[in-house]
Amino acid sequence: MAHETHTHVRSQTEYEYIRRQRSKEMRGQLTSFAIMIFLTLIAFTAVAADFSPYLITPIILLLAAVQVVLQLYGFMHMSNKGHGMVAFFMFSGMFVAFITILALVTIVWW
Amino acid sequence: MDLNKKYTPQSWPDHPETATMEGKNKFVGFWLLLAAETVTFASLFATYLALKDKGPSGMEFAASNLFELPLVFAMTMILLTSSLTSVYAMYHMKNHNFKAMQAWLGITVLLGAAFLGLEIYEFNHYVHLGFGYTHSAFSAAFYTLVGTHGAHVLFGLSWFIALMVRNSKRGLNMYNAPKFYLVSLYWHFIDVVWVFIFTVVYLMGVIG
Repeated sequence: MAHETHTHVRSQTEYEYIRRQRSKEMRGQLTSFAIMIFLTLIAFTAVAADFSPYLITPIILLLAAVQVVLQLYGFMHMSNKGHGMVAFFMFSGMFVAFITILALVTIVWW
Repeated sequence: MDLNKKYTPQSWPDHPETATMEGKNKFVGFWLLLAAETVTFASLFATYLALKDKGPSGMEFAASNLFELPLVFAMTMILLTSSLTSVYAMYHMKNHNFKAMQAWLGITVLLGAAFLGLEIYEFNHYVHLGFGYTHSAFSAAFYTLVGTHGAHVLFGLSWFIALMVRNSKRGLNMYNAPKFYLVSLYWHFIDVVWVFIFTVVYLMGVIG
């Protein structure tokens, strides 16, 4: 059925190698997480510090965009091989999302 | 072929989520769903931005005097941490360590439930202040956007729990590995949406 797959039993060396690769990847994920927490702290602090909205708004939107890239490419593995179709779907979705937001706010604000 | 074929950490594939045709199909289909969800949330964000602070003349509520940042900060930290714990769960899934995966999924569920509890508290608080769903265009847009996200959190929690319970005796195999992988993708996507909610709704709301 559709659950069939080729089975390959790793040698001890292959097994240790892939375990090492995975814990290396996990350290990378932890780094992304630390950056996300840091960016969130900056965003909340900037707002609490009461600077001009014209200065803060673009900054916090940029911080959000960076966080989303970290989520998609780090936590959701979009940087891995075999994610070409995924990137096509997501960027199409983001494009339509952008047009939707642009259209609605310009209709109402102007 | 037997769906319940047993694997060892040595024979477990590098990418169990896409090792079978079934897994590959689910993977592509699920990402297509996430792209569509991006558009769904965009329309809700657009509605919110268009209707922010709009309502009957003389209405007393505006984003700048309603939202409280400490609560939102706590919710953000909880959801962000739950995203990391589900990464840990998938790390153990790839190492074919079923018990550790279940444990990290359990922590993820607890954090998600804490997030949902705080959101219910927040909504309840607003309603008691008089800021109900039918109060204004602003309140309707706010509750629809944040509430749809909350509904996704609830659905994600139910999905996690259903998978954990149904597969508790089965262990990890080619039948359920793609399922666990997809629910964790869904959970990360919920966190992605929340990043925009706390930025666009709460932070930009407070600064006016």
